[in-house]
Amino acid sequence: MTDAIDSPAPLRAITGSLRHETLDPDRLIACPTCDALQVDAPVPVGAQARCSRCGTVLMAPREQAMTRIVMLAATALVLMVAAVFFPFLELSAGGMVRRSSLLDAVLAFSSGMMLPLTFATAALIIVLPSLRLVSIVYALAPMALGWHPARHAVRAFRLAQALRPWAMAEIFIVGVSVALVKVAGLAKLSFGPAFWTFSALVLVTVLSDTYMCRLSVWKTLEERRRS
Amino acid sequence: MTAPTPHSIPPALTARQAGLVGCQSCGKVHRAGVATCQRCGAPLHSRMPGSLQKVWAWLFAGIVVYIPANIYPMLLTTSFGRTSENTIVGGVVDLIHYGSYAVAAIVFLASVVIPVGKFIAIGYLALVVRPGARIGRGSGLHGRQHLYEVVEFIGRWSMIDVFVVAILAALVQLDFAATISPGIAAVSFSLSVAFTMLAAQSFDPRLIWDAEEGTAP
Repeated sequence: MTDAIDSPAPLRAITGSLRHETLDPDRLIACPTCDALQVDAPVPVGAQARCSRCGTVLMAPREQAMTRIVMLAATALVLMVAAVFFPFLELSAGGMVRRSSLLDAVLAFSSGMMLPLTFATAALIIVLPSLRLVSIVYALAPMALGWHPARHAVRAFRLAQALRPWAMAEIFIVGVSVALVKVAGLAKLSFGPAFWTFSALVLVTVLSDTYMCRLSVWKTLEERRRS
Repeated sequence: MTAPTPHSIPPALTARQAGLVGCQSCGKVHRAGVATCQRCGAPLHSRMPGSLQKVWAWLFAGIVVYIPANIYPMLLTTSFGRTSENTIVGGVVDLIHYGSYAVAAIVFLASVVIPVGKFIAIGYLALVVRPGARIGRGSGLHGRQHLYEVVEFIGRWSMIDVFVVAILAALVQLDFAATISPGIAAVSFSLSVAFTMLAAQSFDPRLIWDAEEGTAP
């Protein structure tokens, strides 16, 4: 999609011919995936810097990335609140109507042996995604406004990074569509407002993540903390 | 996609060879012996200590709980007083009977193909990077790197079936007509997904590229 501006620009590798004593750690970056050293050069907005050895994208700064990430994450948070409390799906069969919210889906496992699974689903689709969004906003919002970073910004952004694989809102949406097909023969189903809110939340989160460039954020955070 | 061909570039110097330590979270380079990253505060390790041990431990835990996940029922459907049990594969077969092949394919992919493929892929990666394994070179390393990225990306999608069960159990509570409740396999399956995700996270991808280090000057 963005191939035109994403012309891969490998960073300059440090090859064996360079003398070890001349290596200054502050002017280098090490690829997190393959440990290869490269010269840390500023990357123009819209371009990508790839590791010279393994090809992993190291930096891909976007214009106004910080502001956009914060705005999108804040939007997603608001949507999350709406998604939790509005009715999610409505099922009608034989004159009976059953509404269930996101919380009901989470509490489905709340009997006996299944209780741990309740906590797990609640965590994976509501708590961890929200926590991740909150920590992103907390860590980046002051910087997006041009202020000094918040006191625990470093810890918050590290938390957001660690939570990324465990926030499974988008997987839940696919699960919902599969469940709809399974129920289709049994009863009539219709979507509540929370379903659309939650789908919007997933889209907004994905969009926010595409602007996220881990290494650039860390660098900016470091510079701003010093100033 | 357009990764540089491995033969056109000279072997790169790694942080470990240069006596430095690179941060896995933010890429900052430190002198050896620094314990935590000064930029992001993450613990610094030249290579994650005991990476392969952790990988094997989580992987075996994941395989062990995957067995009951397939034997025991995932869904208990009570309809007009009759209870029927559905295992993971049974659910896929049901979907095929309904004629929804696409959804059946998604569920089969997420609950059978991806978990089993992940066991094999993680096991393979942990085997080929162990010290003393035959050295792989060039494009083989890029292949392993891609395999690792795919495993890390795709692992979480196995959770689909657990969420399906959660939604069905919440929705279908129509007293006599039909009631759906979760079976014990839902617990063991989600544990299996979590354990294999942890196995993938414990794997240090830098180990893949260490195979090349022997050839660097």
